[in-house]
Amino acid sequence: MIETENLGKVFDTFTAVQNLTLNVPAGQLLALLGPNGAGKTTTVRMIGAILKPTTGYARVNGYDVVTQADGVRRSIGMLTEQPGLYTRMSGLEYLEFYGRLYGIPDKETRAKGKAMFERFYMAGAEDKRLGTYSKGMRQKVGLIRSMLHNPAVLLLDEPTSAMDPHSAKLVRDAILELRNDRRTVILCTHNLAEAELLADKIAIIKQGQIVAQGTFTELKQQLLGRPQLEVRVDKPLNGQVKELDHLVTVESVANDTIRYRTDNPDLTNPQLVRCLHKLGLGVISLQPVSQSLEQVYLRVIEEME
Amino acid sequence: MTTLTPFLPVKQNSLRMALVIARREIRDSFRDWRIILPIFLLTLAFPALMNFTARRAIAFADQYGAEIIATQLIPFLLLVVGFFPMSFSLIIALETFVGEKERNSLEPLLASPLTNTELYAGKMLAALAPPLTASYLGMSVYMFSLWINLAWRPEPELIIQVMLLTTVQGVIMVAAAVVVSSQATSVRAANLLASFIIVPMALLIQFEAGALFWGNHAGLWWLIVGLGLTAVVLIRMGLYVFNREELLGRDIDQIRLGWMFQVYWRRLSGQGWNGRFPRPLAWYRETLTIFPTLLQPIGMLLLAFGGAVLFGIWLAYQYTLPPDMQAELTGANMAANLEQYAFLLTALPIVIILQNVRVIALQALLGVFTFGVLAVLIFMLPWGVMAFLATQFYLAGQNPFQFLLAAFVPHALLEFPALLITTAAILRWQVVIIHPSPDHTLSENFLMRMADFTRIFLGVGLPLLITAAFVEAHITTHVLQMIYG
Ligand SMILES: Nc1ncnc2c1ncn2[C@@H]1O[C@H](COP(=O)(O)OP(=O)(O)O)[C@@H](O)[C@H]1O
Ligand SMILES: [Mg+2]
Repeated sequence: MIETENLGKVFDTFTAVQNLTLNVPAGQLLALLGPNGAGKTTTVRMIGAILKPTTGYARVNGYDVVTQADGVRRSIGMLTEQPGLYTRMSGLEYLEFYGRLYGIPDKETRAKGKAMFERFYMAGAEDKRLGTYSKGMRQKVGLIRSMLHNPAVLLLDEPTSAMDPHSAKLVRDAILELRNDRRTVILCTHNLAEAELLADKIAIIKQGQIVAQGTFTELKQQLLGRPQLEVRVDKPLNGQVKELDHLVTVESVANDTIRYRTDNPDLTNPQLVRCLHKLGLGVISLQPVSQSLEQVYLRVIEEME
Repeated sequence: MTTLTPFLPVKQNSLRMALVIARREIRDSFRDWRIILPIFLLTLAFPALMNFTARRAIAFADQYGAEIIATQLIPFLLLVVGFFPMSFSLIIALETFVGEKERNSLEPLLASPLTNTELYAGKMLAALAPPLTASYLGMSVYMFSLWINLAWRPEPELIIQVMLLTTVQGVIMVAAAVVVSSQATSVRAANLLASFIIVPMALLIQFEAGALFWGNHAGLWWLIVGLGLTAVVLIRMGLYVFNREELLGRDIDQIRLGWMFQVYWRRLSGQGWNGRFPRPLAWYRETLTIFPTLLQPIGMLLLAFGGAVLFGIWLAYQYTLPPDMQAELTGANMAANLEQYAFLLTALPIVIILQNVRVIALQALLGVFTFGVLAVLIFMLPWGVMAFLATQFYLAGQNPFQFLLAAFVPHALLEFPALLITTAAILRWQVVIIHPSPDHTLSENFLMRMADFTRIFLGVGLPLLITAAFVEAHITTHVLQMIYG
């Protein structure tokens, strides 16, 4: 549904995005995860046929973003980073205006708009001027606008970034529903938890390049590597650890604990315990070290500085 | 990038989209009292004031029997009444084009299936419709009350002309505002740039006032045609800069004066990125490489030159001097006259150089606002005059070539190429907007060609002109004495 290959964008001399290859099949939600300035907005602008790529190509719903830009624009709904509403219009007037741009009759827009306002707990605000709305409300109106014409593809640029937790949850629920609706979605975010919650696949973008991509579990494996295990014994260790080297990769040793990795825990863990026993050490506990993807993600991101 | 967005035949659907945009914008403007209140006042209160002024002026002039002046004043005031509400189109245009960029509401529109042209047309319409309505309304109120009070009725031609002028000025202001707004991301910055529109407009109004005052209707028609063409050029330019890539593809936070000066200076001085300046000879060699690009404008100017000569000859046949003046028109007289001014001759070269430099400055300045049209016209003027004078000599029974040889040829041999080359560089610079080269942005193109013109002027034009001036002051006068004296 959305396909890019070696997509790149150079502004004057600054390379904002390069070698970006993505493939989002119909009905999937891809989270484009990365810090500020990573090139998320530039990427969705290219996919939404707003900016022309300087290298590579992108296809959305079968349309090429350069040569068939009109087809692309008709296929997508876009929530821009800044909702950019008209403050002197009421919520419903605003939706009516956008409805007309997509050829939706006013009556239909009005009915749909009212239902959506209710669903986002904004009932009663639809006739107030948008200038009086809170930040979160504005973002929600932007989301309603992008879904108004039932697009097959949604591009959501940081939909929850300006929101209070309650509104953010409402928006996330709405996005989950879109996903269940088998819409194709690209969600830009700098929030890993959000990506984990919502996305089928995550692509981590940094300095305009994809550094890792896959499902949450795949990413975890890719970034965390083999799980680290920790074994605690009943006596202080002194030098016996060398005996274990032929079994596992020892990474650190403290007073009475060893941290190690292994390719095949099913095989090596029992051997390790037996070996420790032979060395006269009793095993108190053996468990995986918990390491969050969050930490790893932050490390990946920090590497760039 | 190389081709301009063409004028597409407006599909039914496109028109509807443009109207959807326009309606929303107009509704928005009407909810902004800062716009609506002044328009309302200017529409109704201003005509009343002008009406009062017109009546007082006529009463005052009547006392002295200068009725003519007063009745010429009425059409002029009509123009003023129409122009004031119209000037709001500029404010609305800056608001809808830059304001929308500033408030980030443009991007969602760009993500919709609207074409650039639909969006442009809708916004243009929104900026024009309310002020235009106010302007027509104001003029109607003014004329109606004059008719009631003074039984004065304008000629239909005048009404049509003033309405057309008002309309086309509105279009020019809005179209120019779009071009200006492409260089600014905040309404404040755009307002600063807007003086590039206001100042020429004010000059234009003065010009029109003069034409109306002297009842020069033919002149006004020409002006309307010229302004119409300017509007078309500006609209094409607007369509060129008003597109998704230009609107979001650049980070222009302020008017980049420093950057602009640097682009210009580097190109002019030839300073490399390592900060070194080329030696004078190398600089000259670089300047000479500009010449091939000047061939096309030079060709155009030669055509214009031919046209000017023919026009001068035609004019001389139309307005042949009466016989008693023809009698005065002898070389001997010219030589005699020259002697009276002999004391001036020592100062002459400076005067001639200054005069030529002033003409070139005028060409550069006026040409910018007319895409070179006025630069060409100014270039044509002296040669037209020359042809006119030579033909008068011929019609008076003298040898025109003798006159040309005596009075023009010696210095024109240098002055003509100097003016030709300099004007060609001006022209190449000023048509950049209609015909930019694809590998730079529009503003870079503009600045670089401006620098090229400066190079040509300093390196080639000015030295030639200085030489020509000395020739004119010292040699031409001697030749004149020799041939006629
Ligand atoms: N129009 C533009 N002109 C020049 N640079 C830009 C433009 N838009 C974005 N950039 C630069 O490209 C980089 C990526 O920006 P963006 O795509 O907005 O990142 P993100 O959305 O991930 O925060 C930033 O360094 C930004 O400054
Ligand atoms: Mg962004």
